Amino acid sequence: MRLKITHVTSYSYDAPVRSALQKLRLTPRSGHGQTVLDWDVSITGGTRQVSYADQFVNHTDLIKVDPGAQHIEIVCQGHVETENRNGVIGIHKGFAPLWLYRNATPFTAPGSTLRALVRQLKADHGDADALTQLHALSDMILGQVRYETGRTDSSTTAETALAEGHGVCQDHTHVMIAAARLLGQPARYISGYLMMNDRVDQTASHAWCEVWTDALGWVGFDVSNGISPDDRYVRVATGRDYRDAAPIMGIRQGAGDEHLQVSLQVQQ
Amino acid sequence: MMLGKTAGGLFWMFRNIERAENTARLLEAGWRIALTRGDEGTNEWQSVVITAGMDVAYRQKHDVYEAAPVIDFLLRDKDNPSSVLNSIESARSNGRMVRTALSSEVWEAVNECWMALKSALARPVSERNLYEHLATIRYRTSVVRGALHGTMLRNDIFAFSRLGTFLERADNTARILDVKYYVLLPSAAFVGSHIDNAQWEVILRSVSAARSFRWLNGGDITPKGIAEFLIIDKRMPRSLAFCYSKICENLNDLADDYGQRHGSHDLAETIGRRLRGCGIEEIFDEGLHEFLTNAINDTATLASLIQTDFRFFQ
Amino acid sequence: MSKSRPTFDEMLVGEETPRPPYSAYHRWFSNEDLKDLRRKSSEAEAFFRRIGITFNVYGQADADERLIPFDIVPRIISGREWSVLERGIDQRVRAINAFLHDIYHRQEIIRAGRIPKEIISKNDAFLPEMIGVNPPGGVYTHIVGTDLVRTGENEFYVLEDNARTPSGVSYMLENRETMLQMFPELFAQMKVRPVSSYPRLLRRSLADCAPPATSGRPVVAVLTPGIHNSAYFEHAFLADQMGAELVESHDLSIENGRVAMRTTQGFQAIDVLYRRVDDDYLDPLTFNPDSMLGVPGIMDVYRAGGITIANAPGTGIADDKALYSYMPDIVEFYTGEQAILKNVPTWRCSEADSLAYVLDHLSELVVKEVHGSGGYGMLVGPAASKKEIAAFEKKLRARPSNYIAQPTLALSTVPILTKAGLAPRHVDLRPFVLVSPNRIDITPGGLTRVALKKGSLVVNSSQGGGTKDTWVLGD
Repeated sequence: MRLKITHVTSYSYDAPVRSALQKLRLTPRSGHGQTVLDWDVSITGGTRQVSYADQFVNHTDLIKVDPGAQHIEIVCQGHVETENRNGVIGIHKGFAPLWLYRNATPFTAPGSTLRALVRQLKADHGDADALTQLHALSDMILGQVRYETGRTDSSTTAETALAEGHGVCQDHTHVMIAAARLLGQPARYISGYLMMNDRVDQTASHAWCEVWTDALGWVGFDVSNGISPDDRYVRVATGRDYRDAAPIMGIRQGAGDEHLQVSLQVQQ
Repeated sequence: MMLGKTAGGLFWMFRNIERAENTARLLEAGWRIALTRGDEGTNEWQSVVITAGMDVAYRQKHDVYEAAPVIDFLLRDKDNPSSVLNSIESARSNGRMVRTALSSEVWEAVNECWMALKSALARPVSERNLYEHLATIRYRTSVVRGALHGTMLRNDIFAFSRLGTFLERADNTARILDVKYYVLLPSAAFVGSHIDNAQWEVILRSVSAARSFRWLNGGDITPKGIAEFLIIDKRMPRSLAFCYSKICENLNDLADDYGQRHGSHDLAETIGRRLRGCGIEEIFDEGLHEFLTNAINDTATLASLIQTDFRFFQ
Repeated sequence: MSKSRPTFDEMLVGEETPRPPYSAYHRWFSNEDLKDLRRKSSEAEAFFRRIGITFNVYGQADADERLIPFDIVPRIISGREWSVLERGIDQRVRAINAFLHDIYHRQEIIRAGRIPKEIISKNDAFLPEMIGVNPPGGVYTHIVGTDLVRTGENEFYVLEDNARTPSGVSYMLENRETMLQMFPELFAQMKVRPVSSYPRLLRRSLADCAPPATSGRPVVAVLTPGIHNSAYFEHAFLADQMGAELVESHDLSIENGRVAMRTTQGFQAIDVLYRRVDDDYLDPLTFNPDSMLGVPGIMDVYRAGGITIANAPGTGIADDKALYSYMPDIVEFYTGEQAILKNVPTWRCSEADSLAYVLDHLSELVVKEVHGSGGYGMLVGPAASKKEIAAFEKKLRARPSNYIAQPTLALSTVPILTKAGLAPRHVDLRPFVLVSPNRIDITPGGLTRVALKKGSLVVNSSQGGGTKDTWVLGD
């Protein structure tokens, strides 16, 4: 499937910025069932400083907001050819060792609620094979963490989201990763794009996870949608959790508030 | 190449040293007058505090102007940011920050200056040993200046150090004159009046100029002569004209070195030209107080312009 | 090794007879007047104060700047003894750099089963942000300070490999300067190998690792946390001696894809940054977001090849105490040779058998926190009270994997000058090593730290230790 993506992120500041940097992980790479046909990231109100591949081989750009700017706009645009592999990504590549994806991170550190979830899973599906268990886990999470925007934010941990019972795709993904790691499986965070069938304008960029299984290697799970990713998904960045794979991560000096606006179109 | 922070550190290190020296000198002048004026001495201590520009801070701590609290406040009070001890501590702290720009002689001189004054001013200073302490301050700060002249390259490091010294000095001289400008006005000059002569004496002593003025003028002290000496006489190393000729000289050295002129160059030239071009009559005609107020404001503007032109801060 | 063995004194055999490296010094000393020497000693202190070699003590915000006490009796090492150390250190440092490259790439050493995976995977000193980075010139640890102790004629042990930001080199240089001023006649008599080339070699070493983005002569700068840091003197000293700029966080920003310093004439890109700021504080965008001491974006520029950071971030994994006991294996794996320098036998408290042994022998052992430094948070069994041991035992039982234990080594002694004359005190030695892409330079000498209290084995300056000049003879 050929997907056309237009992703515009803009920040407005109440007061002129003295100094601000944005780290962008907004460029998808070819491979794992996707081919990037063309891709362009253009910036107004800021200047690209460096580009490099990070420790998870994510294409990363460092942007410096132009001094005194009050508005910065990042436009990502391009075409990606995708194929449906039923979520199977397969072999592990890169220097980041598999065990790294088994370590808890601040977002995914388990507490009593997560441990209870995993106990429940083992009680209900202890005899099933790994893949079946993981699908069951994904369903349990969707059942226990209702999809609801505005109740959690980008700093909510897996334990909190599960305990409070609501969240968005980032929270679902963190809970799944945390639980998979409790099961002893390496798991990683994926940020990317999803074309929802019924609409062109998407509300936000998407997140899902991949879990390592001995049989199939990396396998994707989109907890929020209760499926494994197909050809409507474009992988952009990966890491241990949101902090590693966040599309945009910034630091800013100067007074005043920041207002974020995102528009995203994914279409065939 | 020099860090903006380093330029700022040098500038402030030498401003602080100059300030410590000026405060000590002012204290010495006031103390001498107090000793020779009998019952009117108290009034003189107030004048010293005002001239030092520390009156607001002083009143927050003290109700009366007497020798002991004034001496303590000017020399060693931690709450007085411009006390000699605080100035020297700031100078030394600036020196540590710009350690790599200083010759070891300059660094050791400022470090030893700080060590000596910290120990000398550890306890309150009585009038009895005030003179000795003031001499220590003068001596220690001179050693720093001597080390600067004797061991440092004449490059941008030297230029920023000298800019700090002369901006502080110009500001100090203008302030001393402005606090007492009324005793220099023709209307206030009761010829031969004992009071005014004493006030003139304070002014001259505050800038270490009593001897040189007498020497140059053969003992003929007139208010106009004093004003002329301290404002436009380029032989006098604390006069405004002298300070500004040095400021321009050092800024020009920086322009030659860096191949670039800034707003601060233009402003310094303008002020310098005005000081060179005018006679003392003109200044009195236009108003001595107005002239001095302008000089103080111009000096402050120039200092802040230098800080931005040469990127002392972010 | 065992407690019953007498302490090895490096100067004297018995009461009177000097060992060969000390014979000339001993002869000279016998003819000196004690009072004269004591006067020299206080002159040295005044000299250190004047030049400002002082340090601020942690946790004492308002305290005066302190001097590290300096003892005027040199510690002397023969050329023959030194050449063994030199070969051993060279080998160890090469192994450490190879290990760091491997651990941030394919981790062959783990695949080969030579060290357990857990020792890395459960270690906070492993920095995922360094995975896949190839530092310019292939050098991870540009500067290493290997802590050695001596227990006998030919017995040296490595106590610790300081591969992050070892400090103390300014004392090595200033101690020598002071000794040269005070005792020129000794230097005329004895062939003491000079240490003064260190700053020049440091600069060359750093410049040799300039990143691809460099154009022209590499610009080197030293990053300090600021004048309130305990080692500020050393930062300023090294910058001064190298002719490099001494910068702080607020002097730096990202300009045109480089890390640049704000100068009086605009921004100047830095090629090599010798940073004396810990990894965690280095980049608030990548690491601790609250850090005021670092440069936001420097890790991005680093990964993109725009700057060299010395030492590289993440080198702490090589000097981690949990890894220490594997150093002989690490040396062998990467160099194919037996380790020349000995490791102190170490019990890993994470292992049940070892823990049991350690708990049974607490009063004889030194127990250290795996991630501690500066002599804090450790138990010196033989010197501890029953109460201290009991308190420590509780901590050890609660988190055994946080500790390792070692026998209390009978550290050698070297005399110091006391009021009554010479008196033996325990010492250690930190030689300084510079690593370039094609060479390793070990300065002949180093920092000798000495426990000034009689019988004490703790040489850390924060806990009452002093320093000595270290002489390596050119025999």
